[in-house]
Amino acid sequence: MTDVLVVAELIDGGLRRTTLTAVTLAKQIASGTGGAFDILSIGVGAKNAAGNLAKYGARKVFVAEIAGGYFAEKYAPTVAEVAKKGSYGVVTGCASTYGKDLLPRVAAKLGATNVSDISAAKVEGGKVLYKRPMYAGNVFGWTSPNTASAVVGVRQSEFESAPEAGGASATEEVAIATDPAAARVEFVGLESQKSARPELTEAATVVSGGRALKSAEGFKTVLEPLVDAMGAAMGASRAAVDAGYVPGDLQVGQTGKVVAPKLYVAVGISGAIQHLAGMKGSKVIVAINKDKEAPIAQVADYFLVADLFKAVPEMAEKVKALKAQG
Amino acid sequence: MKILVPVKRVCDPDNANKVKVSADGATVTSDGLEWKPNPFDEYAVEAALRLNENAPKNEKLGETLVCSLGPAEVAQTLRQALAMGADRGILIDATDGQLDTTVVARALKALVDKEKPDLVLMGKQTVDGDSNAVGQTLAEMLGWPMATFAMTVSTNDGGKTLTVGREVDTGVLTLKVTLPAVVTVDLRIVAPAGIKNGATPADHKYNEGARYASLKGIMQAKKKAIDQLKLSELGIDTATSSAYPKFELPPARTGNCVFVETVDDLLGKLRTQAKAI
Ligand SMILES: Cc1cc2nc3c(=O)[nH]c(=O)nc-3n(C[C@H](O)[C@H](O)[C@H](O)COP(=O)(O)OP(=O)(O)OC[C@H]3O[C@@H](n4cnc5c(N)ncnc54)[C@H](O)[C@@H]3O)c2cc1C
Ligand SMILES: Nc1ncnc2c1ncn2[C@@H]1O[C@H](COP(=O)(O)O)[C@@H](O)[C@H]1O
Repeated sequence: MTDVLVVAELIDGGLRRTTLTAVTLAKQIASGTGGAFDILSIGVGAKNAAGNLAKYGARKVFVAEIAGGYFAEKYAPTVAEVAKKGSYGVVTGCASTYGKDLLPRVAAKLGATNVSDISAAKVEGGKVLYKRPMYAGNVFGWTSPNTASAVVGVRQSEFESAPEAGGASATEEVAIATDPAAARVEFVGLESQKSARPELTEAATVVSGGRALKSAEGFKTVLEPLVDAMGAAMGASRAAVDAGYVPGDLQVGQTGKVVAPKLYVAVGISGAIQHLAGMKGSKVIVAINKDKEAPIAQVADYFLVADLFKAVPEMAEKVKALKAQG
Repeated sequence: MKILVPVKRVCDPDNANKVKVSADGATVTSDGLEWKPNPFDEYAVEAALRLNENAPKNEKLGETLVCSLGPAEVAQTLRQALAMGADRGILIDATDGQLDTTVVARALKALVDKEKPDLVLMGKQTVDGDSNAVGQTLAEMLGWPMATFAMTVSTNDGGKTLTVGREVDTGVLTLKVTLPAVVTVDLRIVAPAGIKNGATPADHKYNEGARYASLKGIMQAKKKAIDQLKLSELGIDTATSSAYPKFELPPARTGNCVFVETVDDLLGKLRTQAKAI
């Protein structure tokens, strides 16, 4: 029997959907081992988000309202205290940058094994085994912790969001624990660019641009009309981000975001191993590239051999027309 | 300041798709692939060197130590960092099978207790295991503050604090941490203006990326010390936290790549064959 604690991720005082992929893992482990799962709503807006989190069938939703911006030293002590009190065998959260920052620190506090960025789990004879992409997704390792408890990060693109379960979990406020290390960190600010487009990790269609777009202007005038015609989220290669064409939070890849949409369109992207690591789980992959030999062909289903500066504007117009027809 | 940079060797990341799994699934082999420093660690070395120098004057402001856990051959990896300009190397002799997150973090903690650096600057992740956990684990074991995913670092208060821009999912999150601390670096740390140390003029233009070792650097590196330690001598628990009983290759993508020449052809196929739009 393994009880599971889900650490929620909040954004702008509300629930971030990343949390629901961790709920899916929690349900799988709890039902596979005959245990229960609880959720910890923590941070700014924890009380507010608890109402929402209560809809997913957890035995309990714990609430830790903490003011001010996030840093791990501020949250980890409370997560660890709640985890210890409930003797959870597994503590889990989404392997977003938030989860990747916080969860290993929690694991170290608990003396638990940290299992990063898993793509699947299975319960065998009461034991949980986790599948992890390694070597930029070129190998999967199955791992099992040697310790009594584990802290597990869930790769968002590989787990469904848990659906609402009906009913409402009981909520309970918990004490905020502190840590001397927190006194040596000051939150200065978070700078984010709001976009009306769907979130990269949640969109059904992603259109990404590479170095070949040549400038920020290229992204704006050439790529964006196609992105919007397709109702897609916009992504980018590292080369495009490094060159300053678009912000870093659009990077897809081994070290950027991992996406698995129904349709992924790579425009002027060669398909380096590190880029493929972030998108090869997509259902249908389209490449638009003037070089037939580009490695993206190894994963693409369709490859339009063309100059993007001609093909992309034409495609944007034609997709718009198709969508207008319905 | 005194900076410790842990560096791991990994098999050539640009050929990671040539890594093989043994027939029984028990091991991963990278035979035939070159060993390289983990790219993020190379970036951390570069960032440490930038923090510890007045670049135009070619003047050193602090000591940069590099360390690696691994078999004897990691001395080669350390030499590369020494050739870039690091001052001293420490090799902790360990087998590849021992290199799990907690063992590495415990060993690094023992080393930090001994060397007392002001800053541990390291990669955010190794590109073989892709764990992204040693930095956070080490910071917690030390009771130190940390800043992960660093894309910019600047020193303040006479080197007592650092302002770190962290590249997160939703944008750039800025923290100010009081040293000693652990900072893990992301790709953009080696952008021309990623590091500000108050000595190198703000308008100094660094090249993009980590510096190459000069011939002189390579010659000098041969004379620099690499201290040898055994994992067993550090007085730490060397039990690994997890086991990997089985490895497998990802399923190959089904179907072949269909090449098309026109937008109409592409859209037609997406609509009728793939039903993707
Ligand atoms: C540690 C590390 C981590 C990394 N992480 C990531 C990551 O997370 N994500 C990532 O993307 N990369 C990552 N990289 C970088 C990666 O190795 C590649 O350098 C990068 O993906 C290349 O970007 P690109 O495809 O846009 O550029 P290029 O490789 O330069 O490709 C440009 C492509 O555009 C095509 N092209 C040029 N002009 C036109 C035109 N007019 N019309 C049509 N096609 C055209 C070319 O044929 C070419 O295929 C990482 C690298 C390292 C070392
Ligand atoms: N064997 C090792 N020797 C030295 N440093 C290491 C080793 N393994 C991991 N590290 C450091 O820890 C960072 C994060 O690694 P990981 O958590 O394993 O992805 C790396 O970028 C290195 O700086």
